[in-house]
Amino acid sequence: MNTFKSLKEFYWPDKRLFIWSIIFLIIMTILTMAYPIVLQFAIDEVVLSANWGLLPYLAGGFVVITALKAAATYNHQYYGDLFGIRAVYRLRSRLYKKLQYLPFRFYDNAKTGDLMSRLTADVEGFRFFLSFGCAQLLNLVLLVTFSFAVMMYYSVPLALVSLAAMPFLAVAVYRFDKRVHPAFKNIRLSFASLTTKVQENVSGMSTVKSLSREDFEMGRFDGKNADYKDKSLYTSTIWAKFFPVMELIGNVCVVVLLGFGGYLVIQGQLQLGQLAASFSLIWYIIGPLMNLGFIINTFSQSKASGERIVEVLDEKEDITSTTFSEPVDRLNGEIVFHHVTHTYPGETQKALKDITFHASPGETIGLIGATGAGKTTITQLISRFYKPDEGEVLIDGRAINQYRLEDLRAHVGFVLQESFIFSSTIRDNIAYGRPDASLKEVIDAAKRAQAHEFIMELQDGYETVLGERGMGLSGGQKQRISIARAILINPAILVLDDATSAVDMETEHRIQAAFQEVMKGRTTFVIAHRISSLKHADQILVLENGRIAERGRHEELLKKEGIYKNIYDIQFQDRETVMQEKV
Amino acid sequence: MKKKNAVPNRADKGRFRYSQDQIIDKAFNWEQIRRLLHYMKPYSKKLLPLAVIAMLAATSVRLAAPVLIGYTIDEAIQPGDWNLLMGITIFIASMYALAWIANTFRIKWINQMGQYIIYDLRKDLFNHLQKLSHRFFDQRSAGSILVRVTNDINSLQELFTNGVINLLMDIVMLVGIISILFVLSPELTIAIMIVLPIMFYISTNLRRKIRRSWQTVRLKQSTLNSHLNESIQGIRVTQAYTQEKENMGYFTDLNTDNYEAWEQATRKSAMFRPLVELSNAAGTAILIWYGIYLINAESITIGEFVAFATFLGMFWEPISRLGQIYNQLLMAMASSERIFEYMDEKPSVPEKPNAKELKAIKGDIRLESVAFSYDDKRTALHEMDLHMKPGQTFALVGHTGSGKTTIVNLISRFYDPTKGRVLIDGNDLRNVTLDSLRSQVSMVLQDTFIFSGTIMENIRFGRPDASDEEVKKAAYHVGADGFIRALKNGYETEVEERGNVLSVGERQLISFARALLADPRILILDEATASIDTETEQIIQSALKKLLEGRTAIMIAHRLSTIREADEIVVLDHGRMMEQGSHHELMKQGGEYYRLVRAQFNVLDTG
Repeated sequence: MNTFKSLKEFYWPDKRLFIWSIIFLIIMTILTMAYPIVLQFAIDEVVLSANWGLLPYLAGGFVVITALKAAATYNHQYYGDLFGIRAVYRLRSRLYKKLQYLPFRFYDNAKTGDLMSRLTADVEGFRFFLSFGCAQLLNLVLLVTFSFAVMMYYSVPLALVSLAAMPFLAVAVYRFDKRVHPAFKNIRLSFASLTTKVQENVSGMSTVKSLSREDFEMGRFDGKNADYKDKSLYTSTIWAKFFPVMELIGNVCVVVLLGFGGYLVIQGQLQLGQLAASFSLIWYIIGPLMNLGFIINTFSQSKASGERIVEVLDEKEDITSTTFSEPVDRLNGEIVFHHVTHTYPGETQKALKDITFHASPGETIGLIGATGAGKTTITQLISRFYKPDEGEVLIDGRAINQYRLEDLRAHVGFVLQESFIFSSTIRDNIAYGRPDASLKEVIDAAKRAQAHEFIMELQDGYETVLGERGMGLSGGQKQRISIARAILINPAILVLDDATSAVDMETEHRIQAAFQEVMKGRTTFVIAHRISSLKHADQILVLENGRIAERGRHEELLKKEGIYKNIYDIQFQDRETVMQEKV
Repeated sequence: MKKKNAVPNRADKGRFRYSQDQIIDKAFNWEQIRRLLHYMKPYSKKLLPLAVIAMLAATSVRLAAPVLIGYTIDEAIQPGDWNLLMGITIFIASMYALAWIANTFRIKWINQMGQYIIYDLRKDLFNHLQKLSHRFFDQRSAGSILVRVTNDINSLQELFTNGVINLLMDIVMLVGIISILFVLSPELTIAIMIVLPIMFYISTNLRRKIRRSWQTVRLKQSTLNSHLNESIQGIRVTQAYTQEKENMGYFTDLNTDNYEAWEQATRKSAMFRPLVELSNAAGTAILIWYGIYLINAESITIGEFVAFATFLGMFWEPISRLGQIYNQLLMAMASSERIFEYMDEKPSVPEKPNAKELKAIKGDIRLESVAFSYDDKRTALHEMDLHMKPGQTFALVGHTGSGKTTIVNLISRFYDPTKGRVLIDGNDLRNVTLDSLRSQVSMVLQDTFIFSGTIMENIRFGRPDASDEEVKKAAYHVGADGFIRALKNGYETEVEERGNVLSVGERQLISFARALLADPRILILDEATASIDTETEQIIQSALKKLLEGRTAIMIAHRLSTIREADEIVVLDHGRMMEQGSHHELMKQGGEYYRLVRAQFNVLDTG
């Protein structure tokens, strides 16, 4: 119950809806008893007693009662639904907010699929319980109790004898449930695996075709397809086994009712109408009991769903603005790393070891080194995407945790290795960091990122809607859009993380030229594998296994005959030979 | 096709745009029904008739029970005939036992048939997809194709399992109930039948309205889910640009849209049950009033009256289910249309009926005045003649859109030329079987696709019958053995497409190993542009040399170092060949190639 308690703030503000829904439910269930009672009354008091004058009142009364019941049913369902969807509205808002502010640390280890299923399926499971689960359980208890009470009132022996088979029904329901739920789970798993297979096949279709492995793929798919079929068939055999049995038990009760009830009528211990009414009442008891397993299952599933939701809500947003930080309009861009050491959560190896450097405003810092040497980590620490284990990062002489987070990040422009494009227009994608920018400013930024030309060639220019992940654009085009995005926020600090990796030679040349201009007056970090991209940097940090192995200007590093010189030699040996071949 | 949208869309003007499916209700299409029924054919001899017989047996029992109970009341209970009561009770009990057995088999058989049909249908669709051309996949997102193979087919599942048999069962039930009632008392039957049209109306029209409003909810929800998914994947950009608050504003709109659509749907669907009950109550009221009047007139008995009451309670179920099946059919129309749309797609490179097997080739490639355009408008390749000798390496150089990819697509016959011929060892590609061609022509793509499975399985994708030893040997030859062994489980390490077990360079090496294992005569290689650190690049360069040995190789090259090693360099521009020759020759000419090389060094010299 703790789970429901910790989620109380989402549903309890609407407690009135819930209470009304329950009140109407009780009214509804009581009025359900009207039909068998009217039937009994009609036979015993009207027909057998030849009391024909009561007839119009009986029929009229029944219509009125049913109308009341209809109204109660409507209100019960409507209020119950509303109770659930309002809670979901609040819950979703909160979850979304949470996701926006959770740190990178959380996302490094989270799987999108898992998060999505918490946000969708689990939220839905929780809602279903709020809207239906509770009410159904109550409805079941009430209906069974009332029906049983009426039957007992008619005849105690008849009620007891005809319902003697109920324990068998309970056992059947219990065993059915025990077997059918794992079976359904297997179907879901099998279907998920089938989906993954198709997804992979379609995404990797070029690879399949390039190696002409279509037949092989058909074979692999057939395995999944057959498995799904078998799992479904297995489940249907459980159904085929139990469902007719449950129905049979119900029918046996009816037969007993007929035989024993008929006997009691003949003996004069029961009235005929009471027997007729019992045929309805008995199904009011058997029907809900057959559903009991389903209801209990809903409950335990929604509890599990609730737990998974609470887990997300309980995640810590450990990178926040300090309360005392004052707003800052403009940064100069002086950056100091003071003995910074960092380990990614969940990993044993240190990503950065004792990093110290100083970047003056407007300087360009080149970062080079093998994959995993720590280049990207340095830039991410500047924006406080992570908290370093040890040491301090200062901007303009002030520790970065003394800034408001939004001020800090608003002044650092990132062009990431993998450019992310949102499903939106090109204009909104470029203006992502400054939604209020005018079209003129957007175009200006695009021009500086060498993106204007290709954008104008598109059918709707800047208003072209890009599909998910920028479908329809080449890697280089996406990259130029994300460069324009960074330029538009006019940051004091600019991070270019392998920013020209996916563009062809000529475009790269032009973007590099554009960078020269863009970098003016900003402190810029350039991460690259090609020496040509960072040879003009004011400082080059050569990283190896999280340490700064060498540092200095291009010429100084060449003289050192170390790692940097080695990379240089490999990259430039070509040049020598090619140059000799020049005419 | 109708589109209904009563709910305002706040989020439509927001900062994100998601394409929305339209709400569709398809009209009946007999042609599609016929095609769907065709899938039942293999089972129409055994499973289907058996299931129908079981269904008829169970339904007869259900129809007989109320009549028998009524009979018992009149003939046994009221007269006090104890023996008759016992006899009928036992008879009914044995009937129920029969129904139990019949139902067991009905459920079993009908599910078997349904699942087999779904299996067949899905298999057909998937296998057909494998035969479709690149163009088909280029024009569609992976998600939209996925949905057809998974959800659209699943939505037919219910129709093929319970739908078909329920349709029959409900018709039998309705006809049965009405006939029995008529026999019992025609006048009472007619009086009660007044509620039937109301019930049908509720079951079809109201239900459809309700379903439409739920469809609106579902569409809103799928937009909301798309956004959630995107916002999780793009979270790093969002936080880097501090757009958390702005996104929350957008999400509030989405959430509110969703809430309102939901509220409306709830309002409508909450009406369903009460209306059903009211129409039922009307019937009951008529029964009580008019029925008892008839008892008084001695035109029916009490037992018949009780039977009527029971049958009246049974009316709703088949009518409700018929409405459901009707709705199911409408949805199935939409799904099956989408499925058959794909099944009707023809591969753009069909195989000739008399196509012959391409024997083991040497690898001599010839393009004879080949022209090509993708969509009639834009010409991708102007008349081009090209000859590639066996065992040589060709580098295709040029900008995006110069025609490099088109040439390799024509050689692997992913497309046929609009004009001219492509010949391998003198055979026109249009005359040979696709399989024999593609098993000898392999491609290594720019972005290596990693399938979920072990590394061993991923390399073996190049030749599924290769032994573990052969896989390892291939990996060793391209220099991938080292990093694979360094992984925790070596060759048995599980990898997946989006996983980060492998770096870009390592993925590249895996695809080299795949190609080496496939051992094609002609190898086409699209060089990766993504930046790789210098050390890895050196490994890749030497792996490349190994891979190209003794094959005809065509490379879409980006790096000068690779290009320079080629025997022949072909410089392309806007679908025309500008120059051809070795690196030395072209450098001497001082033409387009010379300019390109210089441009690259200009990059190096920037500033």
